[in-house]
Amino acid sequence: MSESPLLEMTGINKSFGPVHVLHDVDFSVHPGEVTALVGDNGAGKTTLVKCVVGIYPIDSGEIRFDGKPVTVHRPRDAAALGIEVVYQDLALCDNLDIVQNMFLGRELQQRGGLLDESEMERRARSTLASLSVRTVKSVRQVVSSLSGGQRQTVAIAKSVLWNSKVVLLDEPTAALGVAQTEQVLALVRRLADAGLGVVLISHNMNDVLKVSDRIATLYLGRLAAEVMAKDVTQAQVVELITSGRSGDIGLKPAEAAATTI
Amino acid sequence: MTTDQNSDPGASATAGLPTSSSVTGEPDLAEADFARDTGATSLGDYVRDWWARVRGGEVGALPAILGLAVLGLIFSFASDRFLSVNNLANLVQQAGITVFIAMGLVFVLLLGEIDLSAGTASGVCAAVMGLTLVNNGDLEKALGRPTFIVLLLFLAAAAVAAGFSRLWYAVGIIVIGGVMMAFKIGTTNQIVAIFLAVACGVAIGSVTGFLVARIGIPSFVVTLALFLGWQGVLLQFIGNGAAIPTSQFNIINAISNGNVPPLWGWVLYIVFVGGYIAFTVTRTLRRQAQRLSAEPLTLVLVRGAVLAVVGAIAVALLNQNRSPNPNFPIEGMPYVLPLMIALMVFWTFVLSRVRFGRYVYAVGGNAEATRRAGVDLSRIRLACFAICSCMAAVGGIAQASRLGSIPSDAGGGNTLLYAVAAAVIGGTSLFGGRGHARDAVIGGFVIAMIPNGLGLLPSLPASANFIITALVLLLAASVDALSRRRAAAAGR
Repeated sequence: MSESPLLEMTGINKSFGPVHVLHDVDFSVHPGEVTALVGDNGAGKTTLVKCVVGIYPIDSGEIRFDGKPVTVHRPRDAAALGIEVVYQDLALCDNLDIVQNMFLGRELQQRGGLLDESEMERRARSTLASLSVRTVKSVRQVVSSLSGGQRQTVAIAKSVLWNSKVVLLDEPTAALGVAQTEQVLALVRRLADAGLGVVLISHNMNDVLKVSDRIATLYLGRLAAEVMAKDVTQAQVVELITSGRSGDIGLKPAEAAATTI
Repeated sequence: MTTDQNSDPGASATAGLPTSSSVTGEPDLAEADFARDTGATSLGDYVRDWWARVRGGEVGALPAILGLAVLGLIFSFASDRFLSVNNLANLVQQAGITVFIAMGLVFVLLLGEIDLSAGTASGVCAAVMGLTLVNNGDLEKALGRPTFIVLLLFLAAAAVAAGFSRLWYAVGIIVIGGVMMAFKIGTTNQIVAIFLAVACGVAIGSVTGFLVARIGIPSFVVTLALFLGWQGVLLQFIGNGAAIPTSQFNIINAISNGNVPPLWGWVLYIVFVGGYIAFTVTRTLRRQAQRLSAEPLTLVLVRGAVLAVVGAIAVALLNQNRSPNPNFPIEGMPYVLPLMIALMVFWTFVLSRVRFGRYVYAVGGNAEATRRAGVDLSRIRLACFAICSCMAAVGGIAQASRLGSIPSDAGGGNTLLYAVAAAVIGGTSLFGGRGHARDAVIGGFVIAMIPNGLGLLPSLPASANFIITALVLLLAASVDALSRRRAAAAGR
């Protein structure tokens, strides 16, 4: 688990006008690991994700991917590197079926510009099967007929369809029931076991401690601590989220006190 | 209208990259997984799935076809003239105009937008065609120099708007039309004049689409303004109360009033019905062989057989002589019928087999998701408005052909509203994301059948026409709304 990080961000700063949202943040994603990104509302989690995929340009700092410095200006650049984001609101079209959703925007074409439905259907099915998704009856089902957990599964499967190396999941279990949450968390774990670098953004400490290897805590735009999940308790993580420090982990008292929005 | 996105990252995966090699190796599919996808769907399973979809709100064309059948039955009992050959031919001609405009509207409705100006735009396009021909190809003389220059500038602006969204087909059509118009190249030819009308339609739609997609004005307001605007333009072109005669132009007159020779009627029947059966059967067999989800062969054959029988009856009836005068036989299907079917096949192909069509549905389903998938939303929107007005032009031409003239209020009145009603009755959702080109044909026939059937019942007052049309439309809209609610509730 001590391989060199796939994605490494160092000294990231980002301001919106006078508001300094990210403050010298160092954040890294390792292959085969689930890194949880936690923090209170407004701590900068979403902003950090949007900086990774190029929706927001960073003010200063360096992003390295596979050891090489990269610049990401648009979501498309991130996708080309193999960085995919699964957004909270799923970004699926209800009226399209599973195959159509998984290939949306990147449809395979035959010669002459016709859609290659057979190949897309086969790939969609084998991707779902490789993620051990066995709950859908047909990949030609319309997404509106799927349960919340199945939808989330499709959204995640969509993100690994393109040989992605890093998958960022924004609150994947926020709207799910107990059983469905289990399904999705198992899937998240399988992604990491297959060698991808997974970032899990979540407010749910149970989920975080259950599946993640590493926990990065943001506190008012600063990285309070990056710890191994097995070394901390739930109470410590909560303390890190709410006050930026817990015992001798986290920001120094003076630094924590000086941190204002 | 295919969208070309070679720059996207998915294109690299098209080069034969296996899908999920980064996740695991070859997946081992157990027999039970994706049970419906292994090509061996039984008819029973398929019917059960279909019924579940209907109960879940995916009603498709079912209510419209039922409505068509019910109306047909009622009218054929109420009047023995309804099923007469003469009246059937009439019905086809009456439906044509609504069907063409509705077919274009389907694209706009699929996005969840509306085009209220399609009716009056159809009048303007037809007027361009008519004026060009009546003045021996000299549109400048017909309009007067200032108006003509404004028209050319409008075409240029439309071409720029379409070019801005990289819609080269649209740009090409507008530019060729504009150049022919400006330099009077072949404009005495009726086919060229028809092309000029279509080019005007594409231009009108490009401008509408630009205002909606790029400027961001709600389509309701833009097209409401244009609905009024095109009425004014048409008056300016033709003059108050005047009309452009078109019945002397044989090709244009033939579109609605001419008939396909009976033998050619059968040839077209074999091409369309045979082609449909061959296509659906080979698709099912191929997909079953590849172990992909496929419709059961029995169903495909039954559907093909029903279509073959209905089509054969229609062709046989329309091929009978319906002239009261034995010296001048009138026989064969009106040209609008094959034109309608050909356009339906073409737009169905565009909607289902190329990227552009996929994106039209995607924008209607979830515009934000589509944007995140890297699709240029304004390009898709602009293209749909261009298609809508282009089909409106076809409708305007059919209308001119049927009336034998283009009055100064062509395309006004109920033209647009009937077309919207046709699309909705056919099963296209006003909320976007759901609909097919065939909806326009089915709905168009329902809409045409009501006045046609009621006209044969002299005991009914004229008021009944509007009231019954209104009730049918309300019924269709409620089916749409209820099925949406069921669909939302069925998201188990």
